[in-house]
Amino acid sequence: MLMLPEKALRLLGPSLQIVERCDGRHTVAQIVSELQKLYAQAKPEKVEQDILEYLALLHEKRAVNFE
Amino acid sequence: MSVPPSNPLALIAELTHRCPLHCVYCSNPLEMKSGRDELSTAEWSRVFAEAAALGVLQVDLTGGEPLARADLSGLVAAARAAKLYVNLITSGLGMDERRLAELVEAGLDHIQLSIQDAREAPANEIAGARAHSRKLEVARWIRRHRIAFTLNAVVHRKNLDHLEEIIALAEQSGAGRLEVAHVQYYGWAFANREQLLPTRAQLDRSLEIIHAAEVRLKDRMRIEFVVPDYYAKYPKACMGGWGRKLMLITPSGEAWPCHAAGVIPGLQFARVTQQPLKWIWEESEAFQRFRGEAWMPEPCRSCDRRAQDFGGCRCQAFLLAGDAGVTDPACSLAPKRHIVEAIVAEANARPSAPLPSQTVRPGWLYRPNPA
Repeated sequence: MLMLPEKALRLLGPSLQIVERCDGRHTVAQIVSELQKLYAQAKPEKVEQDILEYLALLHEKRAVNFE
Repeated sequence: MSVPPSNPLALIAELTHRCPLHCVYCSNPLEMKSGRDELSTAEWSRVFAEAAALGVLQVDLTGGEPLARADLSGLVAAARAAKLYVNLITSGLGMDERRLAELVEAGLDHIQLSIQDAREAPANEIAGARAHSRKLEVARWIRRHRIAFTLNAVVHRKNLDHLEEIIALAEQSGAGRLEVAHVQYYGWAFANREQLLPTRAQLDRSLEIIHAAEVRLKDRMRIEFVVPDYYAKYPKACMGGWGRKLMLITPSGEAWPCHAAGVIPGLQFARVTQQPLKWIWEESEAFQRFRGEAWMPEPCRSCDRRAQDFGGCRCQAFLLAGDAGVTDPACSLAPKRHIVEAIVAEANARPSAPLPSQTVRPGWLYRPNPA
């Protein structure tokens, strides 16, 4: 569960793997590279694009911040 | 017995009714509990643990002013230990830098700070206290911590024309979210409704401002907007449905299905000091009374929207129509809709701002601070 003010998001699969890495230590580039390894059968540029879109969505919900 | 209910997701913990502010739209009941009747630290801690075991994910620490409790950081720690996401809903009065650091250290996840206006004099008039400049200082302290921060502005007839300034103030405050919430007419707000209900023109203008700000601030600040239901076509899904998602514990330990349930005659509220929270949620009379659809009259019973808005708000049905069991008069399909229409018509027949020549101040009914 990802908890937000007055909201909770249930995370599964890749969404969980992305959010777990939003820990203030991973850079976006590191998250992309780790997920590309986990999903080696997928096109690397597709993995990157999906991650960037997902992070932008979470940022819009104020679930994550970029530093 | 019908199907067992789903588990509650959030617990609203009204830690105290004590508050240094006297806001004219306070959602607390007109009859408030004194500090002597409040639950102890140990009792609240047990309630948080029981709530988490029942499936609750979040706790809203509210009041009154939660900072009036000297044990607040202990309560935050207890809620955190129960693995709840901890929200603090505060006016900021009673906060200082050291206390804020203690709360964050104790595990506070999110702080919601209220403002009454963007301008000092009208803000203080609504709060019945000199509070505005202090709040801005508290906002500066909050920004220094890694904690989710929402600024909350309750809007109404007297401040809706300052909405752009309120949004600008929120931008400067560094808040990640701004909640613009129209007054909901319960408690003290119901008593002061005539002076708080905006005109249609004010509402329409405010919607334009909100939509423009949402687009402009997309990457910087999220805006949540709570509509005024007297102007809505369909009623709000109050509390996400009666006894469906939320439970509220009063300062003295009664479990209520919502903030205002105490106004409904004949409802019996169980006490967390006498019954387990699980039993209260699943079995107690108050939580079962309007749960599900069996209680619904027409037109709700056969309405396509009954699983979306649950017939609206039971307390509002009682306050406006004198019967908690009828369709919320805020619904355009309600047989008692004419009550809301008359109130709205009256509000629109008066100018929203007093004429400059009028020097007499409105007579607010201010919320007192219980001992």
